[in-house]
Amino acid sequence: MNATIIDAINDALHAEMRNDDRTLVFGQDVAESGGVFRATDGLLAAFGSDRVLDTPLSEIAIVGSAVGLATHGFRPIAEIQFSGFLPPAFDQLVTNASRIRWRTRGELTAPMVVRTPYGAGVRALEHHSESLEGAYGHVPGLTVAIPSTPHDAKGMLISAIRDPDPVLFMEPKHVYRSLREDIPEGAYTEPLGEAAIRREGEDVTVVSWGAMMHKTLEAVDNLDGVDAEVIDLRTISPLDRETVTESVRKTGRCVVVHEAAKTGGFAGELVATINDEVLLYLEAPIERVTGFDIPVPLLSMEDYYVPHPPRIEEAITKTVSY
Amino acid sequence: MDDSPRTVPPAAADIGVDPLSQGDLEIETYRVVRSDGSFAAERVPDLDNEAFRDFYRWMLLQRIYDERATKLQRRGRLGTIASGHGQEASIIGSGYALSRDDWIFPYGREAGALLLHGLSMRDLLLYWRGIEDASRMEGANVFGMAISIGSHIPLATGKAWGLELDGEDAIAFANLGDGATSTGAFHEGLNFAGVLGVPAVFFCQNNQYAISLPFDEQTNAETVAQKALAYGVDGIRVDGNDVLAVYNAVSTARERALEGAPVLVEAVTYRRSAHTTSDDPTRYRSGDEVDEWEERDPLARYRSFLEQTGRWDAIDEDAIREEVEAEFDEAVDAADAVEERGVEELFAYLHEEMPPELERQLEELRDLLEERPDTYEFIEQRPKG
Ligand SMILES: Cc1ncc(C[n+]2csc(CCOP(=O)(O)OP(=O)(O)O)c2C)c(N)n1
Ligand SMILES: [Mg+2]
Repeated sequence: MNATIIDAINDALHAEMRNDDRTLVFGQDVAESGGVFRATDGLLAAFGSDRVLDTPLSEIAIVGSAVGLATHGFRPIAEIQFSGFLPPAFDQLVTNASRIRWRTRGELTAPMVVRTPYGAGVRALEHHSESLEGAYGHVPGLTVAIPSTPHDAKGMLISAIRDPDPVLFMEPKHVYRSLREDIPEGAYTEPLGEAAIRREGEDVTVVSWGAMMHKTLEAVDNLDGVDAEVIDLRTISPLDRETVTESVRKTGRCVVVHEAAKTGGFAGELVATINDEVLLYLEAPIERVTGFDIPVPLLSMEDYYVPHPPRIEEAITKTVSY
Repeated sequence: MDDSPRTVPPAAADIGVDPLSQGDLEIETYRVVRSDGSFAAERVPDLDNEAFRDFYRWMLLQRIYDERATKLQRRGRLGTIASGHGQEASIIGSGYALSRDDWIFPYGREAGALLLHGLSMRDLLLYWRGIEDASRMEGANVFGMAISIGSHIPLATGKAWGLELDGEDAIAFANLGDGATSTGAFHEGLNFAGVLGVPAVFFCQNNQYAISLPFDEQTNAETVAQKALAYGVDGIRVDGNDVLAVYNAVSTARERALEGAPVLVEAVTYRRSAHTTSDDPTRYRSGDEVDEWEERDPLARYRSFLEQTGRWDAIDEDAIREEVEAEFDEAVDAADAVEERGVEELFAYLHEEMPPELERQLEELRDLLEERPDTYEFIEQRPKG
């Protein structure tokens, strides 16, 4: 089928709800209205109100009860309407979901997914635009996955649902509907923890994920005479060190692009990883193109915050001409 | 050794345990003017004619503001907005009961109350245009908008605590919806307010929905008001489409709060419009239900009261309408006249003094805009500020 990211997510949910009757979908406005972005459209009609539920306005209860259900052998797929409202439930991710297997020495596990749209660029209100994947990736035991294409959105979501441990599935809502591609019918998986090489090249490695992936590809297309290798990280944690370091070993140069604020952002971890493993192959300092160390501005000026192709182009040029 | 039973026999009915349950509470909904227009004369507040006119004027203002702001939004001149259509009596009745020294904690659906409190309409429009500066809420004791639902409730407790410590004759007044009552912040904020005995009023407009979720799925409790008892604060349930009843309820709550008893007020009303300009309510509720509530229109009910008490003749509705439309026009012009801002605005105010790294990032952005003016192709300054 020809699908956008939102169609692909919807399709993945339908497929896994059909495949596994221990799956449940719940969250705010997901059932009756099909989700504020329509990601869960049609699930209530297809699977009934025992498996598809609207919850009260309680992020803590949504994530916490998902942990409880998961330890009982269910496969909860919870939605947090915007990732800006995840912080109250961060407690449940840190305190319970991510470590229940560890705490109980494997007696209890939490095979659950928390889906949440993240990122700027849709002109919403305050708290509707953040990118805190670095903070979530810092929690040991929590898988943090971020697809950037319809094909990956479906395949990675199905992997997340089947994963034996908790997955925070962050959806780049800025590109929910702006890209289309043909994706396979029926269930298929794309692995978590594996980056994808979007474009092979020799001169410089550019690593990105989510909505920034597309700005990065645009920037690379605009640069004549630079043969860039573009890596879509796809999973923040666990990090696919090998794909990144292999590429840098080849190119000797690297630029990391993310929308989240710079300080403490995940680019720092990538720089450190490269430093640990392939420092001596580097021919130039690694560049970071990131959001600024400020809250995402309100809608009238949010575009100033987000990295755009010209800024990415500048960073690549600087690295290549070092 | 494990002595606990493997199976548990059912408890006998005669052992005298009688759990508290929903039916044990009977909670009255306070009214002054009933939906058929009849009213309880002894409950009519003792106010001058000017005030009775004001209630009508401000409810009409709320209605016109919502209509016009929605049109502006449709033309791309405001971001997402949440209308108070249908909730005018709750918004205005509560706002009118406050002193300008009180602090309002808004969450977005209470334009009229904020304007009554001294906020300029220009600034309110600028806020919904996404202009950070408008969050100063200049000239009015209004906190920043709590877009994260419920997050402001403990803040109101803390503010009330401060007001009390300083011996000020003012309260913290938190606006919230029925959905907000399901957040942890609500429970913790109210409980702590009860423990402290601070001058706070938590005003919940139960408009029957949190986006698509009807109130009876938000909580298994029959009312919001009854939750007050669990936190050891006072509770009032009031007909939220009866402006005089809301005014009386909030005036009473304010008095009690000043005496050290925080109050949770539930105003029972109905959101007649979409949740926000990005919502389609036909996906989750019936037109019949909306029509039913249209018959309980707060303006019509109040007008019938004014007519019965001989106060309507002195009110020139057309003149009020004209005045409010002109006020809105002026506010839009003033908002449009606000100069475009520089990028330094985005970096300011995060710290009292900008740290060197942030200054460096600001410089980097400025340089980029100068060296790569094609960046502007990706910056859609819409809606314009
Ligand atoms: C913590 C949090 N979760 C989710 C949302 C998304 N959201 C915005 S408004 C809303 C419903 C609010 O309902 P209610 O409290 O009843 O207020 P109303 O909009 O009906 O006035 C939701 C779920 C949010 N803003 N904040
Ligand atoms: Mg509501």
